[in-house]
Amino acid sequence: MGQTLAEKILSHKAGRPVEAGELVVVEVDQVMVVDSIAGSFFKRLEYLNATPRYPERVSIVIDHVAPAANLEVAKAQKEIREWGRRHGIRVFDVGRGVCHQVLVEEGLAQPGWVVVGSDSHSTTYGAVGAFGTGMGATDIALAAASGRTWFRVPESVKVVFRGRLPKGVTAKDAALEMVRLLTAEGATYMAVEIHLLEGAEALTRGERMTLANLTVEAGAKAGLVVPSGEILELYRVPEWLYPDPEARYAKEVEIDLSALTPRVSVPFHVDNVHEVARVKGKRVDQVFIGTCTNGRIEDLRAAAEVLRGRRVAPWVRLLIVPASSQVLEEAAKDGTLLTLLEAGATLGTPGCGPCMGRHMGVLAPGEVCVSTSNRNFRGRMGAPDAEIYLASPRVAAASAVAGYLTTPEELEEVYA
Amino acid sequence: MPKVFKFGDHINTDDILPGKYAPFMVGEDRFHLYAFAHLRPGFAEEVRPGDLLVFGRNAGLGSSREYAPEALKRLGIRAVIAKSYARIFFRNLVNLGIVPFESEEVVDALEDGDEVELDLERGVLLRGGEAFKLRPPPPFLLEALKEGSLLDYYKRHGRFPGE
Repeated sequence: MGQTLAEKILSHKAGRPVEAGELVVVEVDQVMVVDSIAGSFFKRLEYLNATPRYPERVSIVIDHVAPAANLEVAKAQKEIREWGRRHGIRVFDVGRGVCHQVLVEEGLAQPGWVVVGSDSHSTTYGAVGAFGTGMGATDIALAAASGRTWFRVPESVKVVFRGRLPKGVTAKDAALEMVRLLTAEGATYMAVEIHLLEGAEALTRGERMTLANLTVEAGAKAGLVVPSGEILELYRVPEWLYPDPEARYAKEVEIDLSALTPRVSVPFHVDNVHEVARVKGKRVDQVFIGTCTNGRIEDLRAAAEVLRGRRVAPWVRLLIVPASSQVLEEAAKDGTLLTLLEAGATLGTPGCGPCMGRHMGVLAPGEVCVSTSNRNFRGRMGAPDAEIYLASPRVAAASAVAGYLTTPEELEEVYA
Repeated sequence: MPKVFKFGDHINTDDILPGKYAPFMVGEDRFHLYAFAHLRPGFAEEVRPGDLLVFGRNAGLGSSREYAPEALKRLGIRAVIAKSYARIFFRNLVNLGIVPFESEEVVDALEDGDEVELDLERGVLLRGGEAFKLRPPPPFLLEALKEGSLLDYYKRHGRFPGE
């Protein structure tokens, strides 16, 4: 019987063929812990009277509130450093960057691996062909203590992207379109298996990360991009790491990249996706470019391209938070950073920044933010009635200049 | 008598416990007091141990933050009923020993403020003279719940249920 990519990986790990619906306990290649749950993680290990079974398979990333915003956070982060030293655990400290970006940069997610992370967007590792999934503190602690975790082998949804993206349309627009078509619960308990065909295989690792990142917004357990293109050059992809042609899927969705236009996700549900034209003219108070979805160097360059020689509107705060220290260094070297600063951007420490409303860029009542992040839930970035619109870095940058929601193409008309 | 607190569809983890009230932001001893702070202010003062939370579809979507269900546990919630669950939230409930029942009909039948009794073992919900039968969670999860939580199960047996 044919197997999906999720079935392939979990079979390989279980050492026997498994199919959707079965419960399996498998070895875990990497356990990722973020600062915000580290305290719960330590407490649970203590309760189990356990230490990490394979210290080299555990990484802690201080990214969600970095640098510390208050005394409670400072104490929690001090404990992380001390605990890491005591147990020989890798700790990526303040400024290194967003967990998912950092793990990929450090080679801690590899094709065919199982990576469990204490952040729901751990589906991002699927970009390189790893079975990445988000879990809570208890599951993460058990995975560290035992070196294993349990899964119900998921059914899969097949998403086929065909063709090439038109100029001005990005992987974020494709990802938002995918979430719209699947809906916020369309892939619950399932793996989203992404096939890139007929030109779509040209999508870079970073663009694949954007796609895999957003799959959790359709409820997915994992978002697996079938290895192709750049991934084959960057990684050693095992021969078995492909779905069988006769694999069975719960449903199939096709998206023609060449027909896409810029998209925006409208509050307060991520799957409430429309063409930018639908909400054009909405006044904007803050624009945030960054996060595990769109804080990579290509995202900053795309924003800089729009912002070059322009200034953000006087009533707009443009916050830019590179996804990692590597991204920041690259942006500094190639002049991207200067372009952004000259346009009036405010720079934040590499990390998660304003994405979940804990520090840096909290929204006041009634404010509107265009963000390149992945969630526009009510109250997420601050006041319960503040609105978050999700878009690509290009649309975000254009909206910062105009002071209202728009695309770079419309800007040309206004400023020509 | 335990009371029903009823919420709608797509209630996310930011609704259940806004991210800015995570324990490491406000302290371990206080975070549960902010449960539903935006969606239903005053919830933490109103809810009593043994009360029942009822959700519509796709309950608990969003973040993997376990302190959302942990806040509910601290407030004395031992079971919830939803039409369907987001998967991380479902796992987190089980791991903490909160029983996640799934039923379209029962959710539709219950109203906010209803007074009910829930027999967790037998999966029977009583409202006045009416009885509703709830399908118990899968055996794997039940095995863990019998020990209290998955953590307790692993601590006692040194393995996962069914392994």
